[in-house]
Formats: sequence, structure tokens, C-alpha cells
Amino acid sequence: MLEDKDRIFQNLYNDFGADLTSAKQRGDWKDTKEICGKGREWIINEIKASELRGRGGAGFPTGLKWSFAPKEVGSRPHYLVINADESEPGTCKDRDILRFEPHKLIEGCLIASYAVNAHKCYIYIRGEYFNEGQKLQTAIDEAYKDGLLGKNSAGTNWELDIYIHYGAGAYICGEETALLESIEGKKGQPRLKPPFPALIGLYGCPTIINNVETISVVPTILRRGGKWFSSLGRPKNTGSKIYCISGNVNNPCNVEEEMGIPLKELIEKHAGGVIGGWDNLKAVIPGGSSMPLLPKETCETIKMDFDACVENKTGLGTAGIVVINKDQDIIKCMARIARFYKHESCGQCTPCREGSGWMWRMLERMAKGEATRDEVDMLLDVTKQIEGHTICAFGEGSSWPVQGLIRNFKDEIIERNKFDPIVKKQKDIPYLVDQHLLEKENA
Amino acid sequence: MAVKKISKVQPEIFEFNKKNKETADSIIKNYPSGKQQSAVMALLYLAQKQNDNWIPLSAMKYIAKYLEMPYIKVYEVATFYSMYNLTPVGKYFFQVCTTTPCMLRGAYNLVDVCKRKISEEENRLSEDGKTSWLEVECLGACVNAPMLQLNEDYYEDLDPTKLEQIIDKISNDEAPQPGSYRGRLSSEPENTRKTLIGNKNA
Repeated sequence: MLEDKDRIFQNLYNDFGADLTSAKQRGDWKDTKEICGKGREWIINEIKASELRGRGGAGFPTGLKWSFAPKEVGSRPHYLVINADESEPGTCKDRDILRFEPHKLIEGCLIASYAVNAHKCYIYIRGEYFNEGQKLQTAIDEAYKDGLLGKNSAGTNWELDIYIHYGAGAYICGEETALLESIEGKKGQPRLKPPFPALIGLYGCPTIINNVETISVVPTILRRGGKWFSSLGRPKNTGSKIYCISGNVNNPCNVEEEMGIPLKELIEKHAGGVIGGWDNLKAVIPGGSSMPLLPKETCETIKMDFDACVENKTGLGTAGIVVINKDQDIIKCMARIARFYKHESCGQCTPCREGSGWMWRMLERMAKGEATRDEVDMLLDVTKQIEGHTICAFGEGSSWPVQGLIRNFKDEIIERNKFDPIVKKQKDIPYLVDQHLLEKENA
Repeated sequence: MAVKKISKVQPEIFEFNKKNKETADSIIKNYPSGKQQSAVMALLYLAQKQNDNWIPLSAMKYIAKYLEMPYIKVYEVATFYSMYNLTPVGKYFFQVCTTTPCMLRGAYNLVDVCKRKISEEENRLSEDGKTSWLEVECLGACVNAPMLQLNEDYYEDLDPTKLEQIIDKISNDEAPQPGSYRGRLSSEPENTRKTLIGNKNA
């Protein structure tokens, strides 16, 4: 277990208050000038040495991402964009950073902007987080007043302005290119990549996009050294991470822990155990709703980091852990997730727009036991038709949870949906797509 | 994708009041010159606030002129994002999160309360005309589930009885206290905190 002194977010539970004075007492804004004084190369190399991976879900190495920004500013200005459009079901870590540790984020913005040559930084906050956004705005105003932002930010001779841009309730805007479209005042529909935003991003200018948590840990890493950060966890999966544990546990909570902590320890120790005891556990979604679920056997042993999750055919994602116990209907739970994706598909690519609705309708029927046995395979086929056939990763995000369900609970679905093809049974299901097969001459 | 209905009854004219005009102008300044279109989302939100929580078509036309952009582009944005209400909603607008993490902790019991105490259907005004409710997708407070959003505030750790109390307060025009309804101040584990113990009650 991580020692308290090694926790980056000391105010995760708001014991001290989020204002500038108490933030400074916790060590924020200390030596910011000296850190920037060591130069861009040093900052990027130190982040590379820390092996920090993006906390927004994809786990891309942050130092590497920063090094993609053009070294010299050409005719187009550079931008830094912070992704605070936290909408992944099961995830609520950025919210706590915005309301309780805003100065970690603002200081991180300054250092990151300096490292990637940006003078303007936009923080894209989801519209529902209005109060959290107001708290962040208060912190930004404090920072301006104290000379930590503006013409000569924190004495670094670097000019930086931070603006907040509110979203308006679209999950897809958490995808980086959709987020850029949204800032430009358009519908949040993802762009084709390449070109990657590091070269052609916001307003066609080089743009670096990072998650709130990624940027907020940067100042502490640079103060304590990349070596310290990489000493936590294991190689390629270093540092600490905020885990959100929700669902059927006795004490749902957010907790900052070392990378690679066993899932069982997180649930049993921090979240007070599964409701009804560990044996009552059915499945766990380890990384927000778009990651495939894990059956109980895997939950016993799995360690929560990027690579260990991939080895177990799932992903760490945003580390939003949703615990599902045996009192719940697992098919219904996944049907609800499928409904979420159907609601949030941006409608740009046909496989995703149509397929997400298909998956939802099929799962709803499977939850009621109205599907046929071979429809289970058909559902798997639908997920494969979506996955990899869309512009952005939403296609994967919507089909993986369904694939996870089929992979682990196929027997249960078949048990409930026993009947043979409907053609034989002559069962009348009005919303079935291939209803025409019921008519005898077509059968 | 969500289907959005446009209200049949539309006011003829819409114009920002003086305060909102100032706010709008200062928001436009946040973006590079010539990129004023970026402010469209914020301006739509302002219009929604000004117009009793919904956006009429005249407001979209007004904003299009204000930002020198085609009306259809504003319309596109207003219909794409789910937080823009294009039909009148209650002065008190309950948005109940029912996505899986909330569902696991009984969000549908809250929906039942809304159906019983506010209106049988979503997006229909209650009898006193002040309140309406809507099922929404994840609001990002999963650790404090089940929860709902009432206008701009989050009400967390709810159960049906507590929601009934909230609705009763609303119908008496009292302001219920936002935040957790089990006395939590943040997303810390209730009673069993194992981390940052030294900071507790600092």
C-alpha cells in the first residue's frame, strides 16, 4: 500500500480546503520558476523518465506526447487543451481534482504549456460540472491575482492564459478530436486521424491534449523527480492513480493508490468489501464502462495496472471500478451500458450509430429471455462489425463491454434464452427485425 | 443518439439582457479573433438561463447573428448536445442519472418517486407547473450514487424517502441543501477511511 506521504493528492477528501493559501501550504506552486528554468528538454525528459502514462483511458506516454509538439513555434501558435469532460460511467476522479485540488491542475497547465510552447490553455469541462467549473474559475482568478498566471506567470517569464470552456452533455466530446471540434463551436464529432492534433489540432494549430489527472500529477513528479514516480508500481506502469470504486460495495469511494494494487485489496480494504461478502461478487468492470468486465475468478488475482489488465483481456481505462454482485442481473446491467452508448453515439459512422442501437435492443431482449439461442452469436458478430470500423474509439468502447459479457457469461445468456429459432416456435415478437421470417412462405 | 423535439410554441423575439450581453462579449474575448464561433456553446447556455431553462429558435437566430455564423450551424449545435432544452422544462428540472453504476445502487427507485411525485412521463410539467424530470446518462458522480442533478446542483447518496423530502421542499419553494444526503463531504469512504488519516479534520 502506498504511504500517505507518497500520495500526490493530499486534499482528495477536502481536509484542508482548495484555496491558494492552503494549496501553497501543501507544496503547490513551490519552485515553479526553478522547474521551468531547467528548460523544456529537462521537463520532457523527466516526464519520460517517470514513465507517466495518460490517465484519461488510453494510457499513452505523456512525455512522448509532449515531444510530438513542434520544437519551434512557426506561424501558428501552440495550444494546450485539458480534457475535463469526464463522462465515463464509473469514473469521477477529475471532479475531485477540479473542486479540491485545482491549483495542482493550474500549476501543471503552466509547466505543460511551457514545455510545449503554448501561451493559451483551454480547459474543457463537461457542462454538468458547473459548480466544479466555478471552483476552478475561482482558483484561476486567485492565480492571476497572485501573479501565477498572466504575462509573467509565477516569475517564469512565460505568458499563459487559461480559459474554461464548458461542454453541454456529450460523452463523445471526451474523445480528443471531438473535443477540439466542440471548442471550435461545432458538433462534437471526431476527426479522422492523421493528422494528429499535435501537428494540426485546435484551429488547425499544434495542440497537446491531456487529461486532468495527468496534468495534475506533473508538478509533483518534477519536484520529487521522475525516479521517485517510476519507483512506484512496475516498469511501464508507474506511479499512483486515483481509483473510483462504485457499485455494489459497502463504502464506495475514490482513493489514490499505487499502480498495480490488487483489485481485491482495493475492494476489500478501501471500499469496505462487496455487499453480501466477497463470495457474492459476480463481476467487476475494471476501467469505466467501455472496458470488458472481469469474472470473479480473475478478480481474485488481478493487479490494477495497464499491462496486467490487457493480459486479462480488459483495460485499465480510467480506473473506474464498477462492482456488480450476485443480487444484480448482469445482462440487464450490460443492456443499460449498451443503452448509454446508443444514447451517446455521435452518429457520424454508420456501424456505430446503427450498431449501438442493435446491441442495446438485443441485450434488452436477452435480459427478458426473449432472444433465441443463436442470437448470442449474432450479437457477437454485431460487436465485431462495429469494432475497428469507426473513426474514433467509441466503436471499441461500445462493443467491448458486450464482448466481455458474452465471453464470460455466455452460458447464463443461453440458459435464459433457451428457445430455438423463432421461426420454429412461431413466437410473435413485434419488434424483431426479421419478423418476416415468421410468415410461412418465407420460412 | 437522442431525439430532440423542438417546441411548437415559440416566442417571436429573443435578445440578451444587458448583463448577459456583457458576459457574452467577455466570453467571445476568450477565443482568438475571428474564432468567435467557439463561443456558441456558452452563448446558448446563457440564452437557456435567461429564457426559463429552454432555448427558443429565435434565440438561435439571435446568437447566429451575434457570432456572425450560419443559423443552421447554431441549430446543429443546439440539437447535438443534450444539455440544451429545446422545449420548456420546469423551473426546477430534475435529471436523474440511471446509468449502470447508479442503477446498481437503486436509481430506478428514484425514477419511480419522480413518476409518482412529479409527473408520469419524462419532460412533462408537474401539476403546479414548476417541476419536471428527465432520465439522463452518467453525471460523473458514481461514487456518490444514486444521485441526481437539480438545475445546477448535485444531490448525492439519495434514497426514495430523501428524494421525496427534496421534492416536497421544492414544491414549497424552499431550497433543499445540495450535496450528499448521507452526510459525506466528498468521495471518501464512509466511516472506514484508510488513507490520508493524518489529514483528517485538519
